[in-house]
Amino acid sequence: MPTDLADLVAAAMDGDRAAFEELVKATYADAYTLAYRLTGNEEDARDVVQDAYLRAYKGLKNFRGDASFSTWMYRITANAASTYLAKRTKFRHEDIDDEATTSIADDRPEVDPEQRADAAAERTRLNEALQALPPDMRAVVVLRDVYDLPHEAIAAELGITEGAAKVRLHRARRKLRERLFPLRIEAKDAAGEGEESRHAV
Amino acid sequence: MQCEQVHEALPEIVDGGQHADATIVDHVQGCLRCQAELVQYRKLLKALHSLRTEVLEPAPGTLTGILAHLEAAGERGAIRSLLHGRKAAYVGGIAVATAAAGAGAIVLLGRGKRRVKVA
Repeated sequence: MPTDLADLVAAAMDGDRAAFEELVKATYADAYTLAYRLTGNEEDARDVVQDAYLRAYKGLKNFRGDASFSTWMYRITANAASTYLAKRTKFRHEDIDDEATTSIADDRPEVDPEQRADAAAERTRLNEALQALPPDMRAVVVLRDVYDLPHEAIAAELGITEGAAKVRLHRARRKLRERLFPLRIEAKDAAGEGEESRHAV
Repeated sequence: MQCEQVHEALPEIVDGGQHADATIVDHVQGCLRCQAELVQYRKLLKALHSLRTEVLEPAPGTLTGILAHLEAAGERGAIRSLLHGRKAAYVGGIAVATAAAGAGAIVLLGRGKRRVKVA
C-alpha cells in the first residue's frame, strides 16, 4: 500500500478502494476544518464532508493532478457546503462553543504562555467574527483569504460570477476589519451612538 | 480624493490583487487616518492567513461516517449494476425468444404455403 499522497491518488484512480480510504484518512481533518468554517457547526460540517468525499470518489477520474489533491478537495468541499447551505431554508448563526475555539489555539510549548494566550484570544475573536458573517460572505472570505483559492475557482464552486465573488469578498473584509480592528474614530462613533441611544431611552 | 473613496477601495487593493490607483496611493501617503486603516486591513489579512495552518479536531465519528457513507454508496452502486445486468439479461432473453418465435412463424407459414401448392 503506497503512503505518499500522490501515489495514493494514482492507486485510487486505478480503482484501488483501500488507497482511497487511506487518502480519506490522510486528508479528512483538513476538509472537515474547511467544512466547519463554512457551515459553523459540527453536525453540518460532518454531513458536508461525507458528501464531499463521496463526490471526490465518484469524480476521481476527473482529477487532472494540475492542483494538489488537498486543493481539489477544498474545491469539492466548498461546492458541497454551498449546495448544503442552499438547501437549508434557514441558516443557523450559533456562536461557536468554547471547545471549538480553544482547539485552534497555538499550544506549542516553545511559545511564551502570555503570547499564546494573546494569540488564542485573537483567533477566538477572529473565528467569532467569521461566524457572525452571513454564510455567502463567509464562504468567499474563507476560501480566498484563508485557503488562498483564486477568484475564478471560488466563483465556479459557489455558482456565482467572479465579479459577485469579489464584491462579497470586499464587503466581508470591511465588516471583519470594522469588527476586529476598529479605528479610533469608529470606536468613538460607536461609543457616541451608544451614548445617544442611552439618552434617547 | 476623499478618505471615503479610499475607505471604499482599500478592501479591494489591500492584497495587491487589484492595482491601486495613483490618486489613492498619493492620498494614503499623506493621510494618517487612511494609513491606519490600511495597517488594520493588513493585520486582518495576516490573521486570516494564519488560520490556514490550524486544523480542527474533527467531531467524533467523522471518519467512520465518511467511510460508512462511501461503503453504502459502493453497495448501492453494486446493486444498481447488478440490476442493470439482470435487466440486460431479461431484455436479451425476450429478444431471443421474440426472434425464435418469429423464425418459427416464418417456417410454419412456409410449410403451409407448400401444402396449399401440393393440394
